[in-house]
Amino acid sequence: MATDTTVAPPGAPAGAPRAGRRPALRRDGRYASVFLAPSLGGLALFTLFPTAMALGISLFDWPVFGERTFQGFGNYSHLMHDPVFRRVVLNTVLFVVLYVPLNVVVSLGLAVWLGPQIRGRQMFRVLFFIPVMTPMVANVMVWRLLFQPGGLIDGGLESWFGIDAPNFLGSSNWAMPAIVAMSIWQGFGYNFLVFSAAIDQVPQSQLESAQIDGAGPLQRFRYITWPMITPSMFFATTMTLITSFQVFAQPFILTQGGPGVATQTIVMYVYNQGWQFLQMGLASAAGWVLFVIIMGITAIQFVGQKRWVNYDV
Amino acid sequence: MTSETNSAARKVRSGVSHTLLVLVAIAFLGPLVYAVSTSLKPADEVFTATPHLFGSEIRWKNYADAFTFAPFDRYFLNSLLVAVAGTLVVVAASSMSAYAFARLKFRGREQLFVLFLGTLMVPQEVLIVPMYWLMQALGWVDSYWALILPWAFTAFGTFLLRQFFLTIPAELEEAARVDGCGPFGTFLRIMLPLARPAIAVLTVFTFISFWGSFLWPLIIINSVEDKGTVPLGLAQFVGQQGTQWNLMMAASIMAMLPTVLLVVLLQKHLVRGLLVTGLGGR
Repeated sequence: MATDTTVAPPGAPAGAPRAGRRPALRRDGRYASVFLAPSLGGLALFTLFPTAMALGISLFDWPVFGERTFQGFGNYSHLMHDPVFRRVVLNTVLFVVLYVPLNVVVSLGLAVWLGPQIRGRQMFRVLFFIPVMTPMVANVMVWRLLFQPGGLIDGGLESWFGIDAPNFLGSSNWAMPAIVAMSIWQGFGYNFLVFSAAIDQVPQSQLESAQIDGAGPLQRFRYITWPMITPSMFFATTMTLITSFQVFAQPFILTQGGPGVATQTIVMYVYNQGWQFLQMGLASAAGWVLFVIIMGITAIQFVGQKRWVNYDV
Repeated sequence: MTSETNSAARKVRSGVSHTLLVLVAIAFLGPLVYAVSTSLKPADEVFTATPHLFGSEIRWKNYADAFTFAPFDRYFLNSLLVAVAGTLVVVAASSMSAYAFARLKFRGREQLFVLFLGTLMVPQEVLIVPMYWLMQALGWVDSYWALILPWAFTAFGTFLLRQFFLTIPAELEEAARVDGCGPFGTFLRIMLPLARPAIAVLTVFTFISFWGSFLWPLIIINSVEDKGTVPLGLAQFVGQQGTQWNLMMAASIMAMLPTVLLVVLLQKHLVRGLLVTGLGGR
């Protein structure tokens, strides 16, 4: 506190009149520790300590029951050589690569389309937001039925278009696209809201005068709307990237990771290692690999933003 | 003349645009409509050669039958208990720490706040293994405590409420202090009532995230029939032979209803809160 110049003389009686800021600081400090105690205690016990502990556990052969032995980086090198883990990382990356761009295109496209001139856009905002908030498991259950042989998609294709649909969830070609499709339906409403709110901030007068000057819709988007929504775009892509690496419930319930391990994801691997095979050390190491991937992606995003994100407007 | 054709063209375009949007809305709602429709059909009419919106009868009884097919009454009570208790802890703890960060002066405040925000970066998947070990050590495996407490201290609520507290004019508090109100009095009688909109947003989002939480209950609850939450109960259907799809859809719809109601009723507040804070879902 550089401004804190009034220091009470040593030995001054406590509570001396006009004692300056230092006692106020001390008094506030005492209250602050009371106000902070629950959160600080909870975070220390349930976040900080487990984070460090996770790193520790990942260095051990740590079965749920039985002897624990120090491994060094053994678990990590096991993961690097485990064909299942490699496949699981590839699956997760494939999900991210399909899901994030599609999500952004769908949500941004709809947000641009549903501009301020559209009647009832508040209704669309609420509508698209519903599956974001409803329990993921319930959403996935509905789509499991949709994809079922004889379900709406299969039956509809067959009886309305005469197409013999594949068994989506049982096919190694179709299972991942099915998971991506379900996830986009569930998740795009969030980014839609973010983009929609950003587009609200674009002044209509600028768009109109550009139109009078003969700029087409694409040009207006490129040169007026886009620069103004890049901060939202940065936020949305970063958040969507982070959460999509953590995909779990969709493959867990739609396909159980199958067929084979074709749709198993990193988080499913963590779950399987920890609570099916009871290898906590491996599970923890896999969790840390995911954490490092997420931190790396976030760092790249933050470094890269200088090139395209415009905070001046 | 040109302006007339322009406005006519604009009308046509707007008409086409609105029609297409209705189609988009229908396609988007399709899965939910299909779920509702299935939840009202007799079991043997779920899969038919041609999809039908209605079965031979509208079976409301499916909704009651879902409760006898699996103990969904129990699941709903458990979910309600966990979500309400968890939300209370979150709101109490984060409003207190938010007040300290927004209003009290103490050494290391900025550094501590950065540490708080830093914890938001750690994904749940890293924490579940040591958290499970911690629960074992505390004897909390398969307990309500384990469902409620471990995730009730996130920095998110602190951040959200701090941002809101900062917008409250300091004069209001000073007036209270002059009247002899200490920090606790100011916090309870001035800050909390003024922060009601932000607290409402935090309450709803926290409730919804507890309500939908799946991975952690899946790990920590062994006696699903006794302590299972709604998502766990739903997941029990998976893998069973001869799934009762109509009952399962009835249960899924019921699991969705409370959250849908909250979203529809509080839409404006939620949207604002969401955009202010950039909440990342669950």
